[in-house]
Amino acid sequence: MSKIIASAAIRGAHKIVARSREKWQWALEKWGPAEPVGFPNTAYYLPIIYGILGHKVETLGDMEAVLKRCEALLPPPVKETHPLPYLAPALDAGMATFFAEEILEAIRYLETPDFYTKSEDPAGDNLWLGAADDVILRKRGVEFVDGTAPGFAAVLGAAPDNETAVKIAQELQQKNLYVFMAGSDNGKHFSNQLVDAGVQIGWPTRLVPFGPDTSATVFAMGFATRAAMSFGGIEPGDYRKILIYNKDRIFAFAMPLGYVTDEWYANAAGAINYGFPIIADTPIPEVLPYGICTYEHVVSNVPHDKIVSRAVEVRGLKVTVTEVPIPLAYGPAFEGERVRGDDIYLECGGGRTAMVEWVTSKSMDEIEDGSVEVIGPDISDIEPGAKLPLAICVEVAGRKMQADYEPILERQVHHLINYAQGLMHIGQRDIAWLRVSKQAVEKGFRLNHIGIMLHAKLHQDFGRIFDKMQVKLYTAEEDVKDKVAKAKDAYAHRDARIEGMTDETTDMYYSCTLCQSFAPSHVCVISPERTGLCGSYNWMDCKAAYEISPTGPNQPVPKGATIDAKLGQWEGVNEFVKKASRGKIDHYNFYSIINDPMTACGCMECIAAILPLCNGVMTVNREHAGMTPCGMKFTTLAGTIGGGISTPGFVGHSKYNITQRKFLSAEDGIKRMVWMPTSLKEEIRERFEERAREIGIPDLLDRIADESVGSTEEEILAFLEEKGHPALSLDPLM
Amino acid sequence: MAEEARSIDPATLEMIDKAREDGSSNVFERSSNMKPCPIGLEGSCCRICSMGPCRVPLPKNKEETAEERAKRKGVCGATAETIAARNFARMIAAGSAAHSDHARKVTETFLLAAKGEAKGFTIKDEQKLLQVALNFGVKIAERSNEEIATEIGELVMKEFGRQEGELTPVKSAPLKRQELWQKTKVTPRGIDREVVEMMHRTHMGVDQEYKSIMSQAMRTALADGWGGSMLATDLQDIMFGTPAPVLSQINLGVLKKEDVNIIIHGHEPQLAEMLAVVVQDPGIIEYARSKGARGINLAGMCCTANEILMRHGVPIAGNFLQQELAIVTGALEAIVVDVQCIMQGLADVAQCYHTRVITTDPRAKMTGAEHIEFDEHRAWESAEQIIRTAIDNFPNRGKNIRIPDQKTDLVAGFSHETINYLLGGLFRASYRPLNENIINGRIRGVAGVVGCNNARTVHDNAHITLVKELIKNDVLVLQTGCSAMACAKAGLMLPEAAREFAGEGLASVCEAVGIPPVLHLGSCVDNARILIAATAMVKDGGLGDDISDLPVAGAAPEWMSEKALSIGQYFVGSGVFTVFGTTWPTTGSKELTEFLFKDYESIYGGMWAFEADPYKMAELMLGHIDKKRKDLGLDKARDRVLYDMAMRRELDAV
Repeated sequence: MSKIIASAAIRGAHKIVARSREKWQWALEKWGPAEPVGFPNTAYYLPIIYGILGHKVETLGDMEAVLKRCEALLPPPVKETHPLPYLAPALDAGMATFFAEEILEAIRYLETPDFYTKSEDPAGDNLWLGAADDVILRKRGVEFVDGTAPGFAAVLGAAPDNETAVKIAQELQQKNLYVFMAGSDNGKHFSNQLVDAGVQIGWPTRLVPFGPDTSATVFAMGFATRAAMSFGGIEPGDYRKILIYNKDRIFAFAMPLGYVTDEWYANAAGAINYGFPIIADTPIPEVLPYGICTYEHVVSNVPHDKIVSRAVEVRGLKVTVTEVPIPLAYGPAFEGERVRGDDIYLECGGGRTAMVEWVTSKSMDEIEDGSVEVIGPDISDIEPGAKLPLAICVEVAGRKMQADYEPILERQVHHLINYAQGLMHIGQRDIAWLRVSKQAVEKGFRLNHIGIMLHAKLHQDFGRIFDKMQVKLYTAEEDVKDKVAKAKDAYAHRDARIEGMTDETTDMYYSCTLCQSFAPSHVCVISPERTGLCGSYNWMDCKAAYEISPTGPNQPVPKGATIDAKLGQWEGVNEFVKKASRGKIDHYNFYSIINDPMTACGCMECIAAILPLCNGVMTVNREHAGMTPCGMKFTTLAGTIGGGISTPGFVGHSKYNITQRKFLSAEDGIKRMVWMPTSLKEEIRERFEERAREIGIPDLLDRIADESVGSTEEEILAFLEEKGHPALSLDPLM
Repeated sequence: MAEEARSIDPATLEMIDKAREDGSSNVFERSSNMKPCPIGLEGSCCRICSMGPCRVPLPKNKEETAEERAKRKGVCGATAETIAARNFARMIAAGSAAHSDHARKVTETFLLAAKGEAKGFTIKDEQKLLQVALNFGVKIAERSNEEIATEIGELVMKEFGRQEGELTPVKSAPLKRQELWQKTKVTPRGIDREVVEMMHRTHMGVDQEYKSIMSQAMRTALADGWGGSMLATDLQDIMFGTPAPVLSQINLGVLKKEDVNIIIHGHEPQLAEMLAVVVQDPGIIEYARSKGARGINLAGMCCTANEILMRHGVPIAGNFLQQELAIVTGALEAIVVDVQCIMQGLADVAQCYHTRVITTDPRAKMTGAEHIEFDEHRAWESAEQIIRTAIDNFPNRGKNIRIPDQKTDLVAGFSHETINYLLGGLFRASYRPLNENIINGRIRGVAGVVGCNNARTVHDNAHITLVKELIKNDVLVLQTGCSAMACAKAGLMLPEAAREFAGEGLASVCEAVGIPPVLHLGSCVDNARILIAATAMVKDGGLGDDISDLPVAGAAPEWMSEKALSIGQYFVGSGVFTVFGTTWPTTGSKELTEFLFKDYESIYGGMWAFEADPYKMAELMLGHIDKKRKDLGLDKARDRVLYDMAMRRELDAV
């Protein structure tokens, strides 16, 4: 840290802590010490304070101890001549800054409840989203975990003009990074600049407008702090581990754009504690030696056209981006973007026209690799706002290609099309839906580009399982109808085959340690009847992934001799788990919630918990923000069972797994299910009812309580009794 | 040696002149009048029985014939190797004894303090107390600090008289080092035992195989570095506080004409700590005023000075060779001494001036000095009596007063714990940044430059020249003792020195952290801090798995005391290449010298060297550092590693 930076950071920290103290004093007089405070829907209180100090701030009164801690952390100003060492004091001041800013922001939630939208997208004129709640954390956290988003850029201030802002944002998006925005420079906000230039901002496009003030930086840092606790399984208060986790695993950096104030320096000093370097566009002093961060700490005066690549290099991040030769920006960051109303140039599917996506294998000589044909009218042949039917037929061939891999490739089509800026894709198979924006067409987009991007990306990601690929895009009514019919036959055939697979008849399971980048001791083992708890990986996906990357995170696990068929425990699996968890877990059961259930990383779609009073189990999906009958919200549950530990009485699972035959089969499966949120019920209704018929209780779903019945065991018990829920007559669960 | 070449410190030169004018003797003058005994100098004089003294010097200016060599023996038949090894080993034993007896005294005070029987001494550093409790396996639970401290004190006391097993602090060393000591059978068993055995084995007619003698010499030295010295530092930190960065001043110019000047000189901090408190007492200040003084000015010399500099920022009047010159200023009311490195010449010099020489330790009295014993049970009263004696002396000042206008600012206070904090703050404290910048080459290596002054070489010159060379070549320098004082006087211990004197790489790191390129770690027992720092570097990873793998080197360019040899020996035994300057005490035996300078490396990974020229000394150290860098694969620039997700998965959990 240069003396100038340290001096400024310490000055800034003094100002911020003083302001926080003053604001707190004011709030205390107004509301009193018992007034509840906090960020919305989170189990992590004020997350930086909670993570670093282990201190739960639940009321205004709780803040006093934190403020005292801040004041104790504040070092004296740095002397001009013969200064005493200043790096460490400045870093401490940086942490005090974050604590103080969390207090300021929490009081803002109290003072102006509608200041932030508390949503994923800006609401009308209000851009500012505020703290990410735990639903967003988990949903987006999965992307951090699986590498779709390698990290984030915390942008402070504003670019000199809108055009530069758009360029920087887009470049960050193309590197798959999240952009967390806070503060202003010269009265301008980076977020506003993007909106003014017509860029969609919000969580779905990874351009996150946290808040207008510098203090909104704590929302980014709080996100990082929570990642360490929820995915890394690090205990609150274990500050050292939380910070090193961030240095090693969350590839974030700060990008102050514009004049660096004392307050910015203070926040920068705080960020360095996390191993997040500072890349500035102004000529502030540099700090080039390594140590707290992996490489340089402060790099400055970087021209705007180099700032993103320099930041990525300084952070030590490897981003592999395949160039997709289409005229649109391309990357996961554009996946969540929408195309609406007047913006639509072309629409296909979505109930308006027929649309289908179908991947099928052919023999090698039937395919000309890279060929893309548009058969029927193209974009140049239609008027803006027109609709067309569309069949996207992908034909692949290769020595390693198997029919089983077709659905895997097919499932990629959705996000691969969505990655293109200006295209919106929803659904799959014959319920797909595509919108092409006017901007995309203006940039030169034509239908053949769909084929080009599928060819480029599928080759990159799945090149090991097929050798050649061609794409045919049909837009004539008759052709599409014909393809829909053929595809439907193929789907039915595939589904029947997958349905027939059982754990008993399969000797080879697959591991998934994708999450070990974030949850180092967690290991999933995936069998045909127990899909991955994140909902992203089933047995077949893992098998294909292993083919694609034989040394990757999905490895074959010979299940070996059966230790317990009912609980679902095998020698080979145990052996693998012990090794892959680095000795932390030596066994777990696939089918039980009570006896040593499977561990969870933190990315689970649902969490099941036993309800002793009801003699059953409940499950809650991560989208459900309300209370559940086990006395904990999803987010608290996730905090309890995540991080690679086995927690008897609780288990993480995917939504799909609920309707698989082995779901909690050691405890009588879905007959025990006594409570689910309505949204989850509706989402899986069709498959659930089928499964319910199979066990001879066709109306089971309607006998299961939900939040409309109650959110306590006592409340739902009466309902279960009234409905004659089967769980009540089963053997006692415990 | 010409007078002007006696020192490179202007304050010293000015006072040498004044002493001559005043007709006072001093160490510089005496050393001109007496040449060192050439036979003793090379370790070839055996005077351990009354059949001798036997002289077995190496023939000068010619190769020795086999016949001559066979004849070069003592009356008992002891070879030149045995004689030189015995002399060398006995010096080490004396050095180890000095540090360890210092430690024993500290332990006694510590126990009194823990039991509340030494008024004025308390447990100041709770964190360090708990750390040491962990090291000693002392239960913490709900016990009071006093209870914990009492148990620690009792356990530490047992380390001195321990007869078997291993000293407890040895367990702080890197595992590989501990195994090496076990394998070579040099792990110290008890602090006193090793010294006693060393004395026994070098008695007439006992151990007469030089390698065997040197093996016990190693164990004796390790009992100092990883025993007495380390324990002294630990307990002093607990009682008086672990040092943290502090700004102060150094050189004779810190004496103040208007004030009652008191210098505390020697090595142990207990009395000095109390003096530092009592001089601030309003009653005592008033008393000084009543005698016509403006106030009281306490300054230090030698390692007692380092102790109170590190913890309180008390200014330092000078290093070893300046002790008599402080009296020569004519402005010194009292020089208060405890133990070690106190020249008896003080009493002579004081004859010419009004200064009172006050001895305070029952182990260290001096003809011509007055003795006011420091009693820990009544520490305040002892200290007050000493200060009042000095104040009473103020009116006796003569007219012949000249305080050199020489003083330099310095930042001191770099304990291991503080360095750990300074490199990352409270939340990220670690040695990681040091290791990273060594790995990336900004810092080439780390050197410990320590030791004394020696009137046989130009005062301070070798220290300052060597250290400037090292930092110019991007070597971070850790210092203790009188060597630290020399460099502080030259302004090397200021953060601004990084830009002025250090290489670009080192300077950039210093500026990032806000530290000088040369760090003051304290007194000579605090050399144990360097061992702990080196161990911390090993444990933080990336630089091998033993101290001998690190790109580090040690030096004592102007050594003179037996303690310095003990320090050098335990550094060598800990795996550090260590160069001594000025003179070398085993040159009478080529075999022994070869054994220490070469063969030691294959045994301990560290070895001795001798080089009087500070530039060549720097070259030797840099050469060794570069060799270690090469062994670690750090000699070539490394590509920046960019991490993808697969690499992140490979990372171990934190």
